[in-house]
Amino acid sequence: MTQIHSTGSRPAISLNGATKRFGTKDGTPFTAIRDVTLDVAAGEFVSIVGPTGCGKSTTLSLVSGLEPASEGTVEVAGQPVTGIPDGVGYMFQADAVLPWKNVLDNVALGLRYRGVARRDADERARAWIQRVGLAGFEDRYPHQLSGGMRKRVAMAQSLITEPSVLLLDEPFGALDVQTRELMQDELLGLWSGTGAACVFVTHDLTEAITLADRVVVMTAGPATVKDIVSVDLPRPRSAEEIRLTPDFIELYKRIWDSLREEVEITRARGASRVA
Amino acid sequence: MSHDTITPVVTEAGRAKPPTMTRKRAGRRRPWGTYAVRVALVVVWLGSWELAARTVIDPFYYSMPSKVWQRLVDWFTEGTSQGSIWTNIAATLEEAVLGFVIGTLAGVVLGVVLGRSRFIADVLAPFIKGANAIPRIVLASLFVIWFGLGMSSKVATAFVLVFFAVFFNSFQGAREVDRVLVDNSRILGASRWQLMRSVILPSATSWILASMHVAFGFALIGAIVGEFTGADKGLGLLINHAQGNFDAAGIYAGMLITTVLALVAEWLITQLEVRLTSWRPPSHTASAGV
Ligand SMILES: Nc1ncnc2c1ncn2[C@@H]1O[C@H](COP(=O)(O)OP(=O)(O)OP(=O)(O)O)[C@@H](O)[C@H]1O
Ligand SMILES: [Mg+2]
Repeated sequence: MTQIHSTGSRPAISLNGATKRFGTKDGTPFTAIRDVTLDVAAGEFVSIVGPTGCGKSTTLSLVSGLEPASEGTVEVAGQPVTGIPDGVGYMFQADAVLPWKNVLDNVALGLRYRGVARRDADERARAWIQRVGLAGFEDRYPHQLSGGMRKRVAMAQSLITEPSVLLLDEPFGALDVQTRELMQDELLGLWSGTGAACVFVTHDLTEAITLADRVVVMTAGPATVKDIVSVDLPRPRSAEEIRLTPDFIELYKRIWDSLREEVEITRARGASRVA
Repeated sequence: MSHDTITPVVTEAGRAKPPTMTRKRAGRRRPWGTYAVRVALVVVWLGSWELAARTVIDPFYYSMPSKVWQRLVDWFTEGTSQGSIWTNIAATLEEAVLGFVIGTLAGVVLGVVLGRSRFIADVLAPFIKGANAIPRIVLASLFVIWFGLGMSSKVATAFVLVFFAVFFNSFQGAREVDRVLVDNSRILGASRWQLMRSVILPSATSWILASMHVAFGFALIGAIVGEFTGADKGLGLLINHAQGNFDAAGIYAGMLITTVLALVAEWLITQLEVRLTSWRPPSHTASAGV
């Protein structure tokens, strides 16, 4: 695997031959990802696309330290990952805000865990609630919010800890197209200038290209890195405008060609399993 | 050993219902018709009992509402054979509340710890199952030998009944915590204790509360059975005496007072539940509110 991207300083995230096997009921281990090698520089935005079930979430769980790698090495900020590294933020695929805490307490959660005093934490949480456009909803509970609003809460909750590595697992997957584009723009706005390394998993190629500096294509499961495509589109970008440019369409075709094979393999497997 | 070696076991009165079934909405208005029919049912029931006792059945064995009422009035105005009725109620209540509080605390703590620790749960599973299989009412006799006729033997009986009811539910509640909530909080920097307080306990709360409804009833049963076995005061003693004197009305009166205590406690626990679960979306399925 050749690394197209390389910076002088040490990468924010570094996966080297990372393999993850899960134990199963019948005893034979199940390989979720194999030999994944990938570096992400500080301040870089990387999108990961791949067929469903190939191991994208598993890759993120290795970086976050929630799951240990079975083989290979995983490093964050040059340190081998054992347990959850400092400075990692993670927006999960599923809703992860606490249903029994209101918006303010949910957003302040990371600061409270870190021992920030209540008043201070609340003040900073209010500022973040404002930034994600939820001012006035501080006292609402998650079930009183729309799906898009809950994602905003999750975004503020992750970003308030000012992570240097931000992992996003299909954060906008469940949203309608208009809300999704809005959230993409807002995410780019919030991320730009933070210097955080972002890894963004998505099924949506348009979204992947719109956001990223590089798009990583994974193979059908057990996944490994198939292709890495640089996206040299100028920033700041607007989700609505960028996807009409010829460069964008060119990239889209290229990445889709690569991804389609893997999707077809996955589909064929699914069909044979059903048959 | 598989991961689910400890599962909630059906206890004397059936295990506490799963959380969704006990959700109640505060402030829901029932139509007046419901109340009217309820009152009518009670009137018909008591009326037919009274009538039957005055005509066909023998009130010596079955008593009748007017006699029960007379016994209650006697107890509250003139006192009982065992002294003031209030002293007896207070004694039983104190035993039940103590047993309930200690049993609930122990049940929650042990349930949550075992629910979050596969290893300890696997090690202790056979012991807990064994302990749960002991006919606990029989323990009341043993406790009288151990702790004497005073309060502690009744508290101990109430405790063992409450403990298992609460334990199995909080164990299950702690185990069913949504994995992603735990992961999210860990990523946000929660320590073990913070995770317990902000995620595990709130998440298990509905399970724990569901068991508490049943548990206070158990605590009262424990206290009264304890008093039955041997005591110098309490409602169980009153009932025991009534039984010794073939005083059916006295037994009914004792039962009635116990029932009122249980209902008041049930109401208090429901208030607690409403407070602790105010974050919940209104549930549309809980209509009967039973
Ligand atoms: N804890 C686990 N134990 C056993 N198998 C697992 C576990 N987690 C994931 N897997 C398996 O690993 C494979 C990859 O899962 P993963 O969630 O990483 O896929 P994904 O690429 O994120 O899929 P999607 O796009 O649908 O979210 C799947 O086949 C899944 O069944
Ligand atoms: Mg996934």
